[in-house]
Amino acid sequence: MSMMEVPNLGTVYSGEELGRSLEGSSGKAFSRRARLSFYNRTFKIVCIASAVFVCLILFSILLLMGRTGILTFETVSLKTFFFSTEWVPENEQYGAFIFIFGTIALTLLTMVISVPLSLIIAIFLSEMTPAWLKNALRPVLDLLVGIPSVVYGFLGMTVLIPMLRSVTGTTLGDGILAAAIVLTIMVLPTISRITDDSIVAVPKKFRDASYALGSTRFQTVVRVVIPAAKSGIMYAVILGMARALGETMAVVMVIGNTPQLADALFKPTSVLTSNIVMQIPNVPFDSAWNYALYMMGFILLVISLIMIVVVRAIQGRGVKS
Amino acid sequence: MSTGKPSANAISGSHPFAARRSMNQLTNKLFTGIVWLIGICTILFIIALLYTILQKGLPQLDWGFLYGEPSEIEEGGGIGPVLFNSFYVLFISLIISIPLGMASGIYLAEFAPANKFIAFIRICVEGLASVPSIIFGLFGIVLFVESLDLGLTVIGAAISLAFLNLPVLTRVTEEAIRSVPQEMKQASFALGSTHLQTIRRVLIPVALNGIITGICLVAGRAFGESAVIILTGGVTSSGVMWDFNPLDPGATLAVHLWYVQSEAIVPDARLIAEKSAAVLVFIVLMINIVFRVPMWLNARKMR
Repeated sequence: MSMMEVPNLGTVYSGEELGRSLEGSSGKAFSRRARLSFYNRTFKIVCIASAVFVCLILFSILLLMGRTGILTFETVSLKTFFFSTEWVPENEQYGAFIFIFGTIALTLLTMVISVPLSLIIAIFLSEMTPAWLKNALRPVLDLLVGIPSVVYGFLGMTVLIPMLRSVTGTTLGDGILAAAIVLTIMVLPTISRITDDSIVAVPKKFRDASYALGSTRFQTVVRVVIPAAKSGIMYAVILGMARALGETMAVVMVIGNTPQLADALFKPTSVLTSNIVMQIPNVPFDSAWNYALYMMGFILLVISLIMIVVVRAIQGRGVKS
Repeated sequence: MSTGKPSANAISGSHPFAARRSMNQLTNKLFTGIVWLIGICTILFIIALLYTILQKGLPQLDWGFLYGEPSEIEEGGGIGPVLFNSFYVLFISLIISIPLGMASGIYLAEFAPANKFIAFIRICVEGLASVPSIIFGLFGIVLFVESLDLGLTVIGAAISLAFLNLPVLTRVTEEAIRSVPQEMKQASFALGSTHLQTIRRVLIPVALNGIITGICLVAGRAFGESAVIILTGGVTSSGVMWDFNPLDPGATLAVHLWYVQSEAIVPDARLIAEKSAAVLVFIVLMINIVFRVPMWLNARKMR
């Protein structure tokens, strides 16, 4: 209730009439308030619908891939598909072991090369370089993440493989090592930038305490900073791993695309992604061959989703501690 | 981590920790040296890489190449239609994915209550972001080539690409809006704005920097994406310029680069590939730089 006395000037309007007269003059069918709340509700519903839509895409992908892939096992036994090394679609032999093994071997080899290197670059960026160099290098690394994978593949094919041939003296440069080097160049910016960020996020007092105890920089970095940034580093590594696992075009161009077991560094082989992209355009949709390729895609999908669950677990632990 | 006590006039010979300390100093120096060496080498290597791509291709570019039609057999083919397709596919995919991605990002940042359902949506978004691009290609085949029986088309490629972009856009928008200071939001509410007005007039303008950076990231990635396009758009284009029909085959520049280098039989394949790679890298760098530089400058001014 207001304390003010409203001077009564002749005509008395009740509150309801006042509302009517305003509506009448604005000429709208319904009041501004109703309109605003209508917009608000509609907007909220649109937002919810889009969020649900994103989930829907994931599930329809899972469903379609799984449903198409599972048809493989009508003609091929589970054991043959996962453990046979015979991939001869012309003879109805669908053993995917070579590709599964190739993918795992390639991802591990890439990680073995790229993780130490990225870690060193991250330390270099966060702990050693002067500020002006940091400001110059970080955007460059960010830009590198955006270079298309075909370009890396093209470079690998035209620059790296001839180089590998002349350095090692082998006749064939294609293979798992060439692919791992190309993938290393691709995931390096990703891993080192995220690691760099997590190292920068380590509180300065940790370093101060370590230096105050008389440690050298080496000791500080190895025993204090890196353990403190551990969860961020793990996150970076898994992200890089997911990228290496799913990378297609760069790998296709350097791996040789031959279905044989990757038991040597220089031996044309094939991985899940490269095999799918090389074969699927020429395969009729309703064939065991195609179903087998979809099953291989489904395996990739499941592995990458498992990685995300692991990442979530790491992040959850990081938040708690 | 017990090292020798640092004292100004330590007599190194008689000090009990002397040996260990000089060892520590040595490892430290070695470590610093190795990190510097590897750091500088890698950076030089990366710069050399970029330089090689651009230097091999850019000086040889001319309008005939950028505008010309690709040829299957003869020398001197251009990249006109595939370059056009690249932009066309990118444009359609962004038109689809930006509103959807932003809306779901806004939902996650603003409306979402902290319950199990939202945690679930968030896991889905992250999961979708980690799905390898080739899976989107396979999905596109099932959806457009098999179910709708369209064949390899521009529109199929664009929509599959939009699905690939969606989770990234969602996350970028969510993070950008979350990073807007709470005071601004409260001030807007205090002035009597509704939630929608607050989002439109306060949150989005303030978060715009982050959102545009994210869109550039996504656009650059989509421009260079090839696995999805090979499976859903094919490796050929309609072969003529300014072909807006969305049901024509939709090979983009990135696909063309791969196709020319590994499948085609034209005699000057290597040259075309080098020039295409240079154009591709140049455009991706431009997408990233042109939109970001004004923001860096802005950010600097604000400080």
